[in-house]
Amino acid sequence: MPRLLDKTGNTIEHDLWQILPEDYAGGLINANQLAPLELWLKQRSGESGQQAPGVWLNSDDEPEALVGHYPELSCIGIRFATFMDGRGFSVARLIRERYGYQGELRAFGYIIPDQLFFLARCGFDTFLLDTTPAQDFNPQPYFNDFTVTYQSCVDQPQPLFRRRS
Amino acid sequence: MYIYDHYDQTLLLQRVAQFRRQTESYLAGELADEEFLPLRLQNGLYIQRLAPMLRINIPYGMLSSAQLRKLAHITRVYDKGYAHFTTRQNIQLNWPQLEEVPDILAELAEVDMHGIQSSGNCIRNITSDEFAGIGKDEIEDPRPWCEIIRQWATLHPEFAFLPRKFKIAVSGAQSDRAAIQVHDIGLQLLKNKAGETGFQVLVGGGLGRTPMIGETIKQFLPPEHLLTYLEAILRVYNRYGRRDNKYKARIKILVKAWTAEVFARKVEEEWHHLKDGPATLTGQEIVRAKSFFTAPPYENIVCGDSSHATTEPVLAYSRWRERNVKTHKTPGYCAAFLSLKPTGVAPGDVTDRQLEAIADLADRYSFGEVRVTHQQNVVLADVKQSDLPELWLKAKEMGFATPNIGTLTDMICCPGGDFCSLANAKSIPIAEAIQRRFDDMDYLYDIGDISLNISGCMNACGHHHVGNIGILGVDKKGLEFYQIQLGGSSGNDAALGGVLGPSFFATEVPEIIEKILQVYVDHRVDGEQFIDTQRRIGMAPFKECIYAKAA
Repeated sequence: MPRLLDKTGNTIEHDLWQILPEDYAGGLINANQLAPLELWLKQRSGESGQQAPGVWLNSDDEPEALVGHYPELSCIGIRFATFMDGRGFSVARLIRERYGYQGELRAFGYIIPDQLFFLARCGFDTFLLDTTPAQDFNPQPYFNDFTVTYQSCVDQPQPLFRRRS
Repeated sequence: MYIYDHYDQTLLLQRVAQFRRQTESYLAGELADEEFLPLRLQNGLYIQRLAPMLRINIPYGMLSSAQLRKLAHITRVYDKGYAHFTTRQNIQLNWPQLEEVPDILAELAEVDMHGIQSSGNCIRNITSDEFAGIGKDEIEDPRPWCEIIRQWATLHPEFAFLPRKFKIAVSGAQSDRAAIQVHDIGLQLLKNKAGETGFQVLVGGGLGRTPMIGETIKQFLPPEHLLTYLEAILRVYNRYGRRDNKYKARIKILVKAWTAEVFARKVEEEWHHLKDGPATLTGQEIVRAKSFFTAPPYENIVCGDSSHATTEPVLAYSRWRERNVKTHKTPGYCAAFLSLKPTGVAPGDVTDRQLEAIADLADRYSFGEVRVTHQQNVVLADVKQSDLPELWLKAKEMGFATPNIGTLTDMICCPGGDFCSLANAKSIPIAEAIQRRFDDMDYLYDIGDISLNISGCMNACGHHHVGNIGILGVDKKGLEFYQIQLGGSSGNDAALGGVLGPSFFATEVPEIIEKILQVYVDHRVDGEQFIDTQRRIGMAPFKECIYAKAA
């Protein structure tokens, strides 16, 4: 069972977003759909005539392609084809730190619970786990593995060396 | 050396707890092999040919006597009573039990040690110069910068799943002892005309299957921008490095494909956004980092070197004094090598007793600290010259006084087919056969400075490409053969060796080495070292001698 988490590890029961497949050919995007980047760029005016609010990127898509559109987007997904593909971490930071995007940033695809801490640090705030390891799996500890972080990142722009006391 | 504060210690303990959970999940069958793989690798744990292997970081080669004693204890309790110093200033255990690794990491954390990012597709241990802080040719001590980089790289959330492993080396001296030209990033400390410190930044060096010498992408990086600039390089690499083929995934392939100019431009564009951001180093942090690497309380020694006055057998001592003792910038002091290359012991291997003996020697003679070299030896960096005769006697007792530093038998050698599951061929027996063949110290001293590096496969952990003589184990239809390369070097004159010709059986290798050395002896002029002669005369005379058809 796929499971959607927020950044505290709580399960979100009602997912507002439907992720459209890469080869989606079903007409205009509605307000509850995340459209693949290429499709979104082609028809970003959704069925309501307003800009469609949801888009998703593959890890090799360029977040630069959405420059100018970030303020109007409400949900951006980044797909991990495999959990070993770390490009999504860089893409997330760019979307948050460089382009100032404030809406929901969702990691989906093949991610593993042990990546949740790093994903959250890089600016993701929802996480769609394709498969959860066990029935009684509790994701919360994975978000709290560390209370100390050295680097400047989305969750804490001040590196430790500016905070040490 | 750097002392952990409560932040560093907290992070380390939390890392141990995290790995304990990961190991338990794996053993409970909740974590698949391929998912546990990067998690264990980023804590230093490999699954090897015969048993797991645990690689423990020694940041930029610095170890305290307390850490050495803890390592000795760990090898005794959790392993078979010995460990192996690697070619990247790390130490490896060859026989730990997977179930016990969390306990080993907990013990290591007690002395501020760990295996964080000692393996995996992430930023690895930062390496440096074993003479940092003591070299007469030093421009600036590289260790504070290494520590700043270590902290930045540790659990960096953006760079834990890079296309491939990533190695950074820092040199602060005129003579490069850290092999910065064959690292993913090489940093050379230098001073500009105004006398300010900065970094020359090289990228794209590396050994492995496609060895390359790094290229300079920035001539002078002001030090406060170190981390933002590194972050820009890593981000460009993380986004654009190849992920479709692990043999094409190192940054060197990207730099080569784009050219260094294009890569530099891309980094510059990225850096433009990061420069002067929060990751910019503060003067306070630089001062803090430097405060850990001040000179120890040296005695004020005015008289000259008295260390030659000894009643010990003069020849043996003076040989050791000549080969294993190096100059120090402080009058009356020197750096003494403990050779881990006696004949018959795998290069870089030490027993638990030896680790404790090194700790004792460090406490007695060198302010309780040692450095580990990428040539797999140990250095006592701050020894009073007047202590040398006594140190020599004690080193001899523990098997550390082989007077062969820098000579043919001071070989770099990977664990090879005896341990490593990547290897195509064994390397340790080759090293031993060569050491047995060349046991005449007079001959070795006549040959002089030479580097002989052995790798059991093209992954090149034994740095064979940059040995003056490089030996590479190759597999041909299930049989082990050895290819020989000549002309490599890892210092300021870094170069990759060229292949001599068709490869040899293991049993032939010592004789071939002897022939190579004979060609050198026949051709050398005016005290030339092997590498000078080889570069002057080229490959042809060696080929002729070795592959000439029997008349």
